[in-house]
This record gives sequence, C-alpha cells and structure tokens, in this order.
Amino acid sequence: MDKTVLLIEDEPNIIEAISFILMRDGWRVATHSNGVDAVGAVATRRPDLVILDVMLPGRSGYDILRDLRAAEETAELPVLMLTARGQTRDREMAEQLGASRFMAKPFSNAEMLEAVNDLVRS
Amino acid sequence: MASLNLLIFVSLIYVAFLFAVAFGAERAALRGQGSWLRSPLVYTLSLSIYCTAWTFYGAVGYAARSGMEYLTIYLGPSLVMIGWFWAVRKMVRIGRSQNITSIADLISSRYGKSTLLGVLVTVLAVVGTTPYIALQLQSVTLAVAAFSQADVTMRPLGDQNSTALWVAAGLAFFTVLFGTRNLDANERHHGVVMAVAVEAVVKLFALVAVGVFVVWGIGGGVGATLERIDASPLGTWSVAPDRWLALTALSAAALLCLPRMFQVMVVENEEERHLRTASWAFPLYLMAMSLFVVPIAVVGLDLMPAGENPDLFVLSLPLAEGRSGLALLSFLGGFSSATSMVIVASIALSTMVSNHIVMPIWLSRQAGGAMVSGDVRSVVLLSRRLSIVGVLLLGYFYYRVSGGSTALAAIGLISFSGVAQFLPALLGGIFWRGANRIGALAGLLIGGGVWLWCLFLPSFGPGVILSAETMADGPFGVGWLRPYALFGIAGLDPLVHGVFWSLLLNTTALVGLSLFTFPTPMERLQGAQFVNVFDHTAGARGWSGGMAQSEDLMIMAQRILGAAEAQEMFRRAALAQGLEGYLPEPTADFLQMLERDLAGSVGAATAHAMIGQITGGANISVEDLMAVADETAQIMEHSSQLEAKSAELARTARQLRAANEKLTLLSVQKDAFLSQISHELRTPMTSIRAFSEILRESGDLDVTTRTKYSGIIHEEAERLTRLLDDLLDLSVLENAQVRLTLAEVRLRAILDRAVAATGASGRLRLVRRGAEEMVLNTDMDRLSQVFINLISNAQKYCDAESPELTISAREMDGLLIVDFVDNGTGIAPDSQALIFEKFSRIGHQQAGGAGLGLAICREIMARLGGSITYLPGQQGAGFRVTLPMHGAMAAQ
Amino acid sequence: MTDRRPLFLERSSYRQRRLGDAARMLPVFGGVLMMLPAIWQRGEAEGAPATSSAMIYVFGGWVALSVAAFVLARWLDPSVTEPSGDAAGSTRGR
Repeated sequence: MDKTVLLIEDEPNIIEAISFILMRDGWRVATHSNGVDAVGAVATRRPDLVILDVMLPGRSGYDILRDLRAAEETAELPVLMLTARGQTRDREMAEQLGASRFMAKPFSNAEMLEAVNDLVRS
Repeated sequence: MASLNLLIFVSLIYVAFLFAVAFGAERAALRGQGSWLRSPLVYTLSLSIYCTAWTFYGAVGYAARSGMEYLTIYLGPSLVMIGWFWAVRKMVRIGRSQNITSIADLISSRYGKSTLLGVLVTVLAVVGTTPYIALQLQSVTLAVAAFSQADVTMRPLGDQNSTALWVAAGLAFFTVLFGTRNLDANERHHGVVMAVAVEAVVKLFALVAVGVFVVWGIGGGVGATLERIDASPLGTWSVAPDRWLALTALSAAALLCLPRMFQVMVVENEEERHLRTASWAFPLYLMAMSLFVVPIAVVGLDLMPAGENPDLFVLSLPLAEGRSGLALLSFLGGFSSATSMVIVASIALSTMVSNHIVMPIWLSRQAGGAMVSGDVRSVVLLSRRLSIVGVLLLGYFYYRVSGGSTALAAIGLISFSGVAQFLPALLGGIFWRGANRIGALAGLLIGGGVWLWCLFLPSFGPGVILSAETMADGPFGVGWLRPYALFGIAGLDPLVHGVFWSLLLNTTALVGLSLFTFPTPMERLQGAQFVNVFDHTAGARGWSGGMAQSEDLMIMAQRILGAAEAQEMFRRAALAQGLEGYLPEPTADFLQMLERDLAGSVGAATAHAMIGQITGGANISVEDLMAVADETAQIMEHSSQLEAKSAELARTARQLRAANEKLTLLSVQKDAFLSQISHELRTPMTSIRAFSEILRESGDLDVTTRTKYSGIIHEEAERLTRLLDDLLDLSVLENAQVRLTLAEVRLRAILDRAVAATGASGRLRLVRRGAEEMVLNTDMDRLSQVFINLISNAQKYCDAESPELTISAREMDGLLIVDFVDNGTGIAPDSQALIFEKFSRIGHQQAGGAGLGLAICREIMARLGGSITYLPGQQGAGFRVTLPMHGAMAAQ
Repeated sequence: MTDRRPLFLERSSYRQRRLGDAARMLPVFGGVLMMLPAIWQRGEAEGAPATSSAMIYVFGGWVALSVAAFVLARWLDPSVTEPSGDAAGSTRGR
C-alpha cells in the first residue's frame, strides 16, 4: 500500500498525531498548514486522499473544497473534512460542497484509519 | 352773599373737571399707563360711594331727629370691612374667578345660572334703588333751592323739578359716556372709578371742613362743643336697643348687597390685595364722615331757626354764617355724594337689567341664537345705555311722585332693607353648598314680598298706596296681615318689624326648601365652585400680556387646525389689524373668529372653553365645562383610548423590533461564540485524545517519543485549562460581578509583578521608562493582569529579529498613560478594530492563545474606569492603557 | 414685619393661620364692642350716658378696630391669602 495522503491542517500537534497514525498504517503523509495555497499544494502533490481542516489560516476549508471539486483532476479526489466545530450546519455544508467524508474533532485514531482506508478503497 | 350764578358756574367747572378726570383715567388705562389707577387707595375711595347724599346731608338730619342712631349706618359696614376675611374676600375671589358682573349675576350663577333668579334680583334691586336715586336728585335740588333762597339778588327759583331733571339728564349723559364707553373684555370702568374716587375726597374734605368750622369756628373748640352737645336735646344716649341692633345689621347687609357696592367692591376690583387696605381705611373713612355729624346737628339746632330742614344744616349753617365759600364747598361735597352714587348705581343696575332682562329676551327672539351675532356687542351697548337712561328716568319719576316729602333717612333705610333680602341667598350661596335654587327663589320671593308689604308700600305714607284702613286693620280686615303687625305681633318699631320678619321668613324659606328639595347638577357644581373658591383659585396664574395670549392661541390653533392653516389664518388676521407677522392682537373680533374656526373642528363648547382658558386664565365657567363634558366626553374618551392604544401598539412594536434585532444579533453572536468555543475546546482535545490513544495502543514506542507525546498531552491540557480560566474570567467581568480590591499601589510595583509573571527572561527585551513612581488607587491584581497580557502578547506575536517591548508611563491631562510598543510588524489596519473582540486571533495560532486576552483586558480597563486602545502609527504593535488620575496620585 | 424670615416654615405658616383666625375674630369682637350701647340706659333714665361720652366710646372703639385691622392687614402674608398680582381678572369677557 503506497498511497499518499495530503494533510492540510494548521495545528502542529494534530499534524503530528495524524501523521504518526497514518504512517504507522503504511501511508505516505504530506502536510500543508496554510489555507491560502492549499489548492496549489494538492495540484503539485497529487495525493490519493486529502484530509482537510475547515479552520485554516488565510482561507476556509470550504473554499478550498469548492475549488477542488470545481477543478477537473480533483473533482473525484476523496476528501476527508475535519472540523473542530462539529455542528450540524458544518456537516451539511461539507456534504453539500462534496466532501467525501466528514469527521468532527476529536476523533479516535481507529476511526480515522478506517475512514481513510474506506475512502481509498471505494 | 352766595350767588346762584356762581354756584352754577362752579358746579359746571367741577363737572368739567370730573369729565376730564374720567377721560384722562380712561386714556391712561387704554395706554396701559395708569398704574396709579390701580392703587388700593383708589379702590378704598371708590368704596365710599356707600356715603351718598343721604350721608352728606341726611346724617345730620338723622342725628338731629334721632340722636346717635345714625352711627349704625356706618358701624355696620365698618364691621363688615374689618371682617373682610369672612365674606368680602370670598365675594371678590368668586367675582374674579367666575367673571361675575353684578349681584344678580352672582346669585343667578351660584344657583345654576338661573334666569328667573337673575330677573328677580334685578327687579328687586331696581325697585329698591329707585327711591335712593330719587333721594339723590332730591338732595341736589334741595341744595340748589337752599342756595337760591339765600341769594337775595336772584328771583326765587320757580320750578325745582327742572333742576332735578337737568341733574338727571347730566348724570345720564356722564354715565352713558363713561359707563358704556366700550364693551371690550374688560368690564372695569377706570374713568368712572377715578371720578368717584375724586368725588370721595371732595365730599370727605367738604364735610370735615364744615365740621371743623362748626367745632372750632362756632362751637369754640372740642371741649366747648362737647359741653354744648351734652346740654342740647341730644344730650343723653337715647337710641332704642332694637333699632341699634337691627340697623347695624341692616347696614352691614346693605354693604354686601347694594348693587352699587357690589359694582365697586367686586366688579371694579383690580387686585384682591386692595381689600387689605380697604379693610382698615374704609372704616376710618366712614368714621371721619360720621365724626362731625352730631356737632353740626347740635349747633344747627341751636343756631338755625326752628322749622329749618335739619337735612340741609351742612349747607345752611355756613350760608347762615355768611361763609359762602364753605357753603360752596359743602354744596360740591353733597353734589359729589349724590352724583357718584347715581352714576355707579345706574351702571350696576343697567348691567343687571341688560344682562338679565333685555339680553335674554333679545336672544330668545333671534332665530339663530348667538351664532349669527356679530352685532351682539352693539345690542348689549344699546340696551345698557337705554337701561341707564331708564333707571335715571325711573328715579326722576319717583322723585316727582313722592314729591320729595319723605325724610331722607327713611327712604335710605327702606332701600337698604329691600336689597338686604339678597343676603340669605348671597351668604347661603357662598358659605353653604346645600343652598339651592328653589330655596333661594322662595326666600327672595317671600322676603321681597314681606318687604314690599311691610316697608316699601307703607313708606309712601298712609292713603297713598295702602289705605289707612289697611294699615290699621289689615287687608280686607285680615288682622294678622297688618303691615306693621304681622301675625298680630304689634308694638314693634315698624322698620325693625319689617326687617325682622322679611329676613327671618326669607332665611327660613331658603334653608327649609334647600333642605327638602334637590338641586340640579349645575347648581351643585356651581355651589362647590363658589363655596370652595379658595381651594380652586389659590396662587398666581394667568397670562402675562396680549402677545403671549396670541402665541398661546396660535399654539392651540395649530394643534387643532393644523400648522399651515392656523398660521395662514393668524397671518391674515394680523394683516387685517395692520400688523406684520403671525400674532394679531387678541381682540374680541379675532377671538370670535378663532372660536368659530375652532368650533368647526372640536365643537362649539370645547372651542369656547379652550379660548376661555387661554384668554381668561382660570375663568372657564362650569357651564362651559359641563357642555364640554356632555358634548365630547365620549368622543374624547374613545379617541384618546384609541390614541393610547395605537401609541401603545407602536411602542410595543418598536420594543419588539428592537428586542428582535437584539436577539438576532445575540443569536449570531452566540452561534459564533459557541462555534468558537467549540473549536477552541476541540482542538486541544483532538491532540490529547490522539496522543493518549497512541500511547495506550503502541507499547513499542521509544522513551523519547513517549516523553514527547506525553509532553504534548500535558501542554494541550494546560491550554484547555487556560482557556476555561479565561472564559470564566471574561464571563465574570462582562456581567460586572467582579469585585475590585482598590489599594494604593505604585505603578512600578505593578509593572515589576507583570514582568516577573511573564517570565521576562525570554527573547523579548523590555525597555521601561517614564513616570513609574506614580501611586495609583486601583486593583493591583487586575491591572497587572492587563499588563501581563500585553507583555505576553508581545512575547508571542512580536516577529522582529530581536524583539523589544518599550513600556513608557506618563501623566497627561489628568490621565495616567502607559504605552506598550514593540518593534514587530504590528497589526494590519483592518484588523485593529477586531483585536479586542473575543477569539479574534490575528495571524498564526502557534502561540496557543485562545484569543480572549485582549477582550479580557478591555473589560478589566472598563471596570477600572479607564480604557485600552490600539495605538497606531508606532514602529510595531502599540497598546495604550489609560487610567484616570483621580485615585492616582503623583509620588512626592 | 412682613419681611421677617422666620427660621422654620412651619412656624411661619402656623403664625399666618393664627393671624387669619385673628382677622376672623376681629369683626366678632368689634360687633360685641359696638353692641354694648344697645344695653345702655337711655333717655331720662338714671345713669344714661351723656352723648359726649357715648361719642368718645364709639369713635374710640372705631379707631381702635381700624388700627387692629391695619395691623392684621400688614401682618397677613398676601401669598397666603390671595393670588399675587392682577391675574385672574385681567380679562373679564362676558
């Protein structure tokens, strides 16, 4: 399994945690911690999966998702949305914009692994 | 010797002088200058019309015939004026507050505006006053005759009646001229009052002059005169007790009831406080008028030939002694007494006749009522003028019929007892709310009837109107109706008898019928207004001047007609009066027009009441109020309810809108806040959960990694704690629950503590300067919390190569200013407004703050009475903390 | 005396009320005083006063009453008893 995941998240501790979990599972993990050029990072890294935080400095995760879905190459790219707000409205919005999966922080590590693997398998 | 020609010449000069005085006073009053017209002295002097020719000539005759009895006529009124606090004050107050025009008006108004009562009082007053007017004409005629007798150069004056006629005509002319000069809002007759006051001085001066001449010129001084008195036929006290009592009471009543006294005392009263002067000055005036009566009578009886009319001693004594100048003065005194009485009495009577008899008849014959009556004024004027002429003619005819035969005193007393019949209705009306119209009517009818039967008709003498048989045996032989012995009780003095029975039956009827019948609502209202007049009219009120009234009228009209219409109407009215602008004089015409216009909007009664309220001060009559209540009460209530409701609705709607906006705002804020809280809490928890799971599930981790991950968990847990602390802190501050612990602290101490708390050893270099020695009276913990926040912010966010924070303190304009400026890039202008909001974190989050720090600082500074602001224009981020110096003192 | 300013309002209004009582009592007192002549002996009777004495009594009492009325009128505070100025009656339409 030599899949690449791009983690777009701004909290360094969370980046470290998710990276550790995924790498132990055999993923190659790339990180990006800035909203402004996140779309560009996706285009250059061409990951198999994107884990996208909603609250990013410079640009909202929703805007990034919208751009990803609008672009042809990334329209089908599996995107796991993470949010610390966890309100219903956020979930609806994410689904509407075409998020493949939505997870509220905090999550269990097992949950995270399962979701990621599901998304890549399907 | 005195010459009749000289007498006539001097009289004409005197009359011309009186005309000039009256004219001047009218002019001065019109120009608003005559403040001297309104002096209490003039008021007191005008009251002296109580002293008529009856006093001037008759008192001496009275004394010559009956000794000291004449004093009762002056003692009674003196006591009434001394007791002004009881009745006179109340009458004046009622007269002013109710716009009373005469005694008939007072009684009629009090008993529910009864037309019948007004007519009855007027008729009785005319009947009672006519003989009195005749008496004045007679006195002048007699005086002229006495002069002509003494004037040997003249042929004897043939026709005395022509003298009386000429006098009557002259008086009618004067009275019409000055008594009905205008019918403007002001019912007062300044000219007449002034002329009367002048005449009062003349008559007092004349009588005292004759008295002084008699006592010192003839009698040889006070002592000698007193001896002479005691030696005369009048030498001992000889007044019958019943007459002494009855006449004092009668004259006291007359002062209150005589139409002419009511005219000068109430209607012409300029200011109520004039009464307090009159209360002592009027008794003194009467005393002075009475003082020399007995000496003159005694000396006259001594010196004058038997059979000489003692009524004319005042005139004939100086004539007989060859003092023609003094006689002339005496004549003028008598002339003054007679004319002033006739003038005022005919004004008073004409007002009554016009208002209570002529006008009601005229109005009832007008189809349109008062609505079409632009010419009511002229009708009123005409009817008053005719009434004056009529009253004087009546007096003249009475004089012709009675033939001047009766003694002056007798006529005067009959007249007094006639008007005294008003007393029960008057006093009952102003002191007893229970008195009602039926009682007053019955009392007046019975009292008037008894007076007519027992006093007035017999006064013509037996056989003139009542036959001698009737006098002796009663009408048709009914013995108990004998005029001098009602109910068979004979042996009383005829006058005392008549006064006693008429007033007793009058009062009994008033009280009895008032007790057993019910008043109309109008009577009850009026009764309350009259009896409790001092409760309603206390204190100063009213309108300062004409223009002020116009302005008030305009304000009112704008409310009712609309601003544009009202302004246009006022402008046209002002233009018609030749004035510029929007404020016409509040003339009768203008008020009438305004009232008509207003009536179209609010109804006639309301318009009348409104205008009355503005132009007349408190003088809205109860009738007006009743009409207003009847006409508009329901409409008003309805519309005011509607208005109140719609206002209430609008208010509620506004409140709801505001509340809604606030709620929406709060909801948005709450959502944002909750979502912020959620984010701030979940973010550290995510790390904690993830790493704790890793540590639990992966036993193969090396120690370094383990330690690192545990460290992260610890760090994030601390972050969570900090966040919760901040949230609690902010909540307490925002709800103003914080309790400040104020103490005197040196600024340096606070800064030192803040620096120590932030672990100043870090990369950040601190530069401190300025007036740190200042002593503040503040909460040290809270202020240092602010400083800690600012310093740690600089530690976290200052992005300079070698970060540096400058803290400078100084005092400016009573404020303590502490600036915290670092050397970083600062905060972008569009973010500066946001930094003090909750969770507003600028830039990267690596510093781990929750974004509550500056929000907390702002709250703390507000609690401390100061402020914290972002200080733009520095090389880096700048914050300024400001505290008021009150409570902060410079160190010595 | 009208210008004096008492320390306590209560005291001054109390004084004014008593002065009002005095103003009301004065005519009663004067009436009794002036009715005394009614019970004098008269005419030729023994002890009937001479007219000169009667005059001195009556005129003396008269002046005394007037003086008392003067004093009361000066002491009574106008603001207590009547409206100040010519307000209510300045326009008297009818």
